[in-house]
Amino acid sequence: MAEIIVEEKGKGGKKKAKKHAPHIDMTPMVDLMCLLITFFMLTTAFAKAKVMDIILPEKVKDPTKQEAPRISASRTLNIVLGPNNRLFWYPGNVKPEEFNNLPPLFETNFSQDSVNSIRKLLLERNATLAKSIAAKNDLVTRGELVVSQDSLHNIISKIKSDDATGPIVLIKAYKKANYGNFVDILDEMNICGIAIYMFVDIAWYEEKMVETAIASAPATSTN
Amino acid sequence: MPKIKLPTKSPRIDMTPMVDTFCVILTFLMLTTTMRQPEPAIVDTPFSISEKPTPDFNTMTFLLSEDDKVFINFDNGPDTLLKYRPKILDEMGKRYSIEFTDVERREFEKYPSSFGVPVMKIKEFLSKKTSKERDPYQVGIPLDSTDNQLAMWVLCARQVNPNIQACIKGDSKTSFPTVKKVLDILQDKNVNRFALITSLEATKINVEEIQK
Repeated sequence: MAEIIVEEKGKGGKKKAKKHAPHIDMTPMVDLMCLLITFFMLTTAFAKAKVMDIILPEKVKDPTKQEAPRISASRTLNIVLGPNNRLFWYPGNVKPEEFNNLPPLFETNFSQDSVNSIRKLLLERNATLAKSIAAKNDLVTRGELVVSQDSLHNIISKIKSDDATGPIVLIKAYKKANYGNFVDILDEMNICGIAIYMFVDIAWYEEKMVETAIASAPATSTN
Repeated sequence: MPKIKLPTKSPRIDMTPMVDTFCVILTFLMLTTTMRQPEPAIVDTPFSISEKPTPDFNTMTFLLSEDDKVFINFDNGPDTLLKYRPKILDEMGKRYSIEFTDVERREFEKYPSSFGVPVMKIKEFLSKKTSKERDPYQVGIPLDSTDNQLAMWVLCARQVNPNIQACIKGDSKTSFPTVKKVLDILQDKNVNRFALITSLEATKINVEEIQK
């Protein structure tokens, strides 16, 4: 680095001992430090990756012995992950015998503020539960209820398991869906506080429904 | 007119406070740093609101790349004496009747990131020294039903370390059937609990919307 050296003019002929403070030139040190800091800043992984736990139901070795779980059709909400980040849903359940008369799929999306986003739909359906969870969280943030993070977690899961009104969400993935959407939809479940959600294999008639839906409405949004 | 006298002092800046600050930052970074391991494939993890940190030990991580290759990674365990990695490699060698030397075992223990090498090629892979030479071997772990090496790795890993946890690190663009295949293989081996590795995303939930 450049240094400006200004010569000092000595006064008179008398030679004085120099009164300079013992200045150490720190420039090289600073240079080096800058380099090291940059290096560490670039190599550090500051935000540690987070994990989202999922537990899948145990596989049934003999599918003929398995009894289909009884869930009420009015509470059931099927979400189908489609190709090109598209997302579909339909309420209730469809019997395979009705393959000639399949109900249409409704299209929805992941965006946060659109009119027919999946979050809005889920929050609407899950209003009572979401409200009570939000109320509990609110109490904690305002400091009126002092509990540890763990027990708050327990309280919320208690609320969730006591709930009998929220939707039962079945998540299905069409073969061309991608992993990002899968994580997004699981995340959406957590955000909306859905108590019961399952990840199920897609049935052949549902694949057919997706294909019909795509044929009738080719990709409009690039969402 | 009187002349304005210019100070004749050399314009030296006192760098001491600057050095002090730098020292502090440097020390902080040195202490908190965890080196980013180079992965065989660049993976863009999806976002979620989950705040649970990734476990440091007892993990087997499945790296699913964008082009549907599968890589796997184990850790050496919470104690350096445990040496899980070479043990898993030995176990795997037993099943495919491959004998590994001590050098190879040590090399495998040190190898820092995920690998996607068919088990037959591991000897060759470990004999190469630079990552450039190693890269062509990273073709993904075979997982079709005729040669399901991924299932074998899972089996061996669980045998060596019963507490091992499955983590899945996928790219957002990984096709779902690949993910499903990996999940199925794991479920066949009775692993039903998975941790999906995601990046944190700030999401605001509109409280008024809920209240409505």
